Amino acid sequence: MTSLVSDPTLLPSPPDAAGTAPVPAPPSAAVTAPAGTPETAGRAASPRRRAWRGAAARITVSLSGVFLLALLVAALFPGLLTRQDPVAVTLGVPLSPPSAGHPLGTDEAGRDVFSRLVHGAGASLGIGFGATLIAVVGGALVGLIAGLGNRLVDGFFMRAVDCLVAVPDLLLAMIVITVSGAGVVTALVAVGVAGIPSVARIVRAQTHQVRVSPYIEAARILGLSRTTVALRHVLPNAFRPLIPAVALRIGGAIGAGAGLSFLGLGAQPPRPEWGAMISTGRNFLVNDPLLVLWPALAITLTVLATGTLGRALKRRLEGRDLA
Amino acid sequence: MRALALGRVVARRALSGVLVLWGAATITFAALHTVKGDPALVLMGGEEANPSPEALAAVREEYGFDKPLWVQYGIYFSRLLHGNLGDSYQQHRSVLSAIGIQLGPTIVLALSTAVVAVVLALAVALATAGRGPTVAGAVNAVTTVLSSVPGFVLGIALLFVFSALLPILPSAGNAGAASLVLPVVTLALPIAAHLVQVLQPELDEVLEQPFILTARTRGASVASTKIRHALRHCLMPIATMTGFVVAGLLGGAVLVETVFSRQGLGRLATAAVSNQDLSLVLGVVLFAALVFVLVNLAVDVVYSLLDP
Amino acid sequence: MSTVLSEPRNGLRDAGARDATPGNAPLVEVDGLSVSFTTAGSRLTVVKDVSFSIRPGTVLALVGESGSGKSVTSRSLIGLAGAGARVEARTLKVAGRDALGLSEKQWRGVRGKDVGFVLQDALASLDHLRRVGAEVEEPLRLHSGLTRAQRAERVLELLGRAGIPDPASRVRQYPHQLSGGLRQRALIASAIANTPRVLIADEPTTALDATVAAQILRLLGGLVGEEGALLMVSHDLAAVASIADRIAVMNDGRIVEEGPAEAVLQDPQDPYTKRLLAAVPSLASRGRRLSDEPPAASGWAASAWVAAGTPAPGAAEGSATATPRAEGGHAASGIEAAGDAAGAALLELRGVSKSFRGFDSVTRPVLRDVSLRLHRGETLGVVGESGSGKTTAARIALGVEAADEGLALVGGVPWADVPRAERERVRRGVQLISQDPLGSFDPRYTVGKVLAEPLAAVGVRGAAARLRAAELLDLVRLPVSTLERRSLQLSGGQRQRVAIARALAVAPSVIVADEPVSALDVSVQAQILDLFADVRREYGVASLFISHDLGVINHVSDRVMVLSGGEVVESGGAEDVLRHPQHPYTRELLAAIPRLDARRGAGEPEGRIS
Repeated sequence: MTSLVSDPTLLPSPPDAAGTAPVPAPPSAAVTAPAGTPETAGRAASPRRRAWRGAAARITVSLSGVFLLALLVAALFPGLLTRQDPVAVTLGVPLSPPSAGHPLGTDEAGRDVFSRLVHGAGASLGIGFGATLIAVVGGALVGLIAGLGNRLVDGFFMRAVDCLVAVPDLLLAMIVITVSGAGVVTALVAVGVAGIPSVARIVRAQTHQVRVSPYIEAARILGLSRTTVALRHVLPNAFRPLIPAVALRIGGAIGAGAGLSFLGLGAQPPRPEWGAMISTGRNFLVNDPLLVLWPALAITLTVLATGTLGRALKRRLEGRDLA
Repeated sequence: MRALALGRVVARRALSGVLVLWGAATITFAALHTVKGDPALVLMGGEEANPSPEALAAVREEYGFDKPLWVQYGIYFSRLLHGNLGDSYQQHRSVLSAIGIQLGPTIVLALSTAVVAVVLALAVALATAGRGPTVAGAVNAVTTVLSSVPGFVLGIALLFVFSALLPILPSAGNAGAASLVLPVVTLALPIAAHLVQVLQPELDEVLEQPFILTARTRGASVASTKIRHALRHCLMPIATMTGFVVAGLLGGAVLVETVFSRQGLGRLATAAVSNQDLSLVLGVVLFAALVFVLVNLAVDVVYSLLDP
Repeated sequence: MSTVLSEPRNGLRDAGARDATPGNAPLVEVDGLSVSFTTAGSRLTVVKDVSFSIRPGTVLALVGESGSGKSVTSRSLIGLAGAGARVEARTLKVAGRDALGLSEKQWRGVRGKDVGFVLQDALASLDHLRRVGAEVEEPLRLHSGLTRAQRAERVLELLGRAGIPDPASRVRQYPHQLSGGLRQRALIASAIANTPRVLIADEPTTALDATVAAQILRLLGGLVGEEGALLMVSHDLAAVASIADRIAVMNDGRIVEEGPAEAVLQDPQDPYTKRLLAAVPSLASRGRRLSDEPPAASGWAASAWVAAGTPAPGAAEGSATATPRAEGGHAASGIEAAGDAAGAALLELRGVSKSFRGFDSVTRPVLRDVSLRLHRGETLGVVGESGSGKTTAARIALGVEAADEGLALVGGVPWADVPRAERERVRRGVQLISQDPLGSFDPRYTVGKVLAEPLAAVGVRGAAARLRAAELLDLVRLPVSTLERRSLQLSGGQRQRVAIARALAVAPSVIVADEPVSALDVSVQAQILDLFADVRREYGVASLFISHDLGVINHVSDRVMVLSGGEVVESGGAEDVLRHPQHPYTRELLAAIPRLDARRGAGEPEGRIS
């Protein structure tokens, strides 16, 4: 609900402590002897605790993976998971509790909740993946151009990006929707475009950093051509932080899409979509809170799952293990 | 000497801000002209509203739709500079006054949220920094969950618990401080969670620095080093997060006001979209951009004053 | 057995200000100190059964390399050994207090009051967001009970005591606005604020230029009065030599030798101490190996250099360059200048000047009219302190930066004018080894890939490349298993060896080495310097060797060039310049080298190197 797709943990990490000057630096520690502030060095948990944490981390990652896989199946082949028609109105049994035919009960119009949930996965995941794709492709391009270009080019593109940032994502989405009408596709485009600035910033910062890295210079000194160095060293390293960023962004995009649908600006009824289900279910909150609970849970778990996978990826790429 | 440097910084940021506003205004201008059909008709609410031909003609005259594009651009900007954001057909008043009416509650909400979020984040980050990986892991888990739950879901959950189950807080309305509690909490928690996620690793890094050890060798306690030394080093990450916080507030306000049925700019905007009241939507957007730029400018200036 | 110092002693404690220690009881008494940590499930003992004592009015130096446990030992004396540390000892008395089993609260009463602690590198050890005055005031605020006005006065007094001129203006400044030496003095001022009885200094002169370091050492020595004691922790034997009364050498957590400074330095008993002393490079160590490592295996790809045109070992100067295209697919990579006779320089700078625009948009000249020539097979040592422009000069000679004025030539041809077809080959002929090689490796690459890249650049791929990579590792004395490892997993010395291997992979004629050993321990430094010597002896590679450390320059160079403030102040053959310096700056630099026999007394004849 906060800025729809900006995730500040994706901000480029602060630059390392000032590089060593040509003045003598202290001899590098060869062994594990605690250096620097002794306070946190050596403060490791007991081996049992570490094993616990490692196992817990592995379990959460696996669970997330399984959950997302199930969602994918739901999105692509909903028929596998439910027979009920999500928009079929069963007369006479609105708001009924879970039963044999309706594992999660029915909603206010007598439709099967479970099947609406399953079919809604398609819309939500669609917005999530689609918007992320737009944000990543657009952002990477802009960020790369800005990062590789000279000051003018850089300045121009970053100002343009700043304009996008100045308008809160939700409001930007609203403009798009006012202009083109509500619907899943417009929501997708809106969320996607709103996500371009953060990606662009990350890529640009990373490109800048890589450009002046000593290993780029070392490669040039070896006699490699500019193109070879760019393709072999600059690009892969510049895009490295993007991979976990993509995973993390998907969750945010899904939440954003649900938010738009909640406001009535995304998926239109009777199309099942989690945000919209929450919106209608809200009216019956006192009578049948479960109506809101299931889609809310679905959204939350999805965002958590993608987030967990994204963070695990990030840790893996940064060289730390899961524990 | 410092005043000169400061003046230069302010000037540069202000220029940047102006450029951004100009860009945002251009976006809105473009939006205006990408609508299908006759823009004058759209501005008057579309075919359903069935505006009179005189009204249509008046709008065309005002915006200069019959003139060449670049002239329209100029007219648009000159109107903007005069504070004329157009008229809301739905409300039958100027966009500016429509915004003015709804501004109050939103400002109250935004300011309270900002204060709560920042204070909460600082407190949590400072209390839990440098205490080892277990604590850090727990904090990380909590903040991950909090920042993953979409705000409106959190709002409804809180609403359910504190309003329906345990009727201690009002579920709707603008009356008094009590009605502010749930909305502020809903908005502030995810923002604070994000802030903590950024602050925590920064703080951990700061606490490893040699100057913290130096303070300890002088006899300072751990708490003292955090408050007297580390805190100041947190301010920069918070300053860089300003944009995020403001954007979060503006965007989040929309959802929160809907969930809690509060008056405010958010509801205004949502209604405008539903009614296809284009000028109102664009007006709110521009206003949001203005706020964003001003707040960022203010924070930048304050930060420059503090940075040695 | 006090040292002879030229400055009057001011004393950490004013005589009679507190109750004097009865008799000559030691101010620091440590017996059987052991410190261990639990990391990753295993217990690591870092300090093993260490015992020493420091009597009033004396200076004890604790010397060792990284990992020796010296820092942990010193920090145990103020209860900051580290979180999770288990500190055990039979006796632990500091400043007359029994320190065993003190609670954290009690320790806070000791730190900054009875014991002062000075860390290295004041830039990182002072809070850069606080003014200098505030930093110096902190211990006063915590312990002294003075009013704010009184504290402010005392701060000025302390800054003056620490030798800072015009303290009133410095008080309001931030640490980064002071020079390195002044910063360190400010740090010292904050440590002596409450006139502690014991002062501990952990590597106080690292990160400082030699001339400044000498002054700081004198300051520290001068602060020890009749009543105070100084424990100085350092990795640099020579640095402590000038002020230490006693020296304790630590290795792997234990004290391997301890005794009066002269005895330890002139007549060491322990083999580790002997090795450590032998590893220090200087003019006296020229021509001999510094470490115990056997000479690097010869024979590796001597063919590569034959192909490149570098004369084979022992060949007469000026032998004509041999076959341009190689055996085994090795492309020639040497620099073959037109008419490359013995006299032509491989690298040359002619009247080079360069300026940079700083953050404040002020243009500062970094180099002024600098000229140098590097000939085949020789090592030119470029020495200067920080800011002298030596790195910039090296980068211009390397061809990676352009000069504002003047020419940078490679093989007699300006870098910019090298014909396109030759560019790659010429470029490969000059390689760079920098101070921190970690940044020069692609973070994604294993060592194997790091070496494969240059080999591929000279046309060696596949199985042949793997073979060559193994040979290269063998040459730099690294096990073949290193190929699988990532650069982050290697130690500083190992990384530097990989950097050397990579540079050699393209068979260069010149290696530009920018402070290659500055970040290394003395013993590792010795090994790397020996490796350089081997490479040079075997393959005749010329070297532009940059360092601030005059001892290292003394050891490796054939010719020497001294830079100061961007200008060449002196140059010539190494022995000449170093034994008979002409320029006052060179003399000053030489005088500032800490000497192992500095304790012999004042009045050393100028220019004498130990």
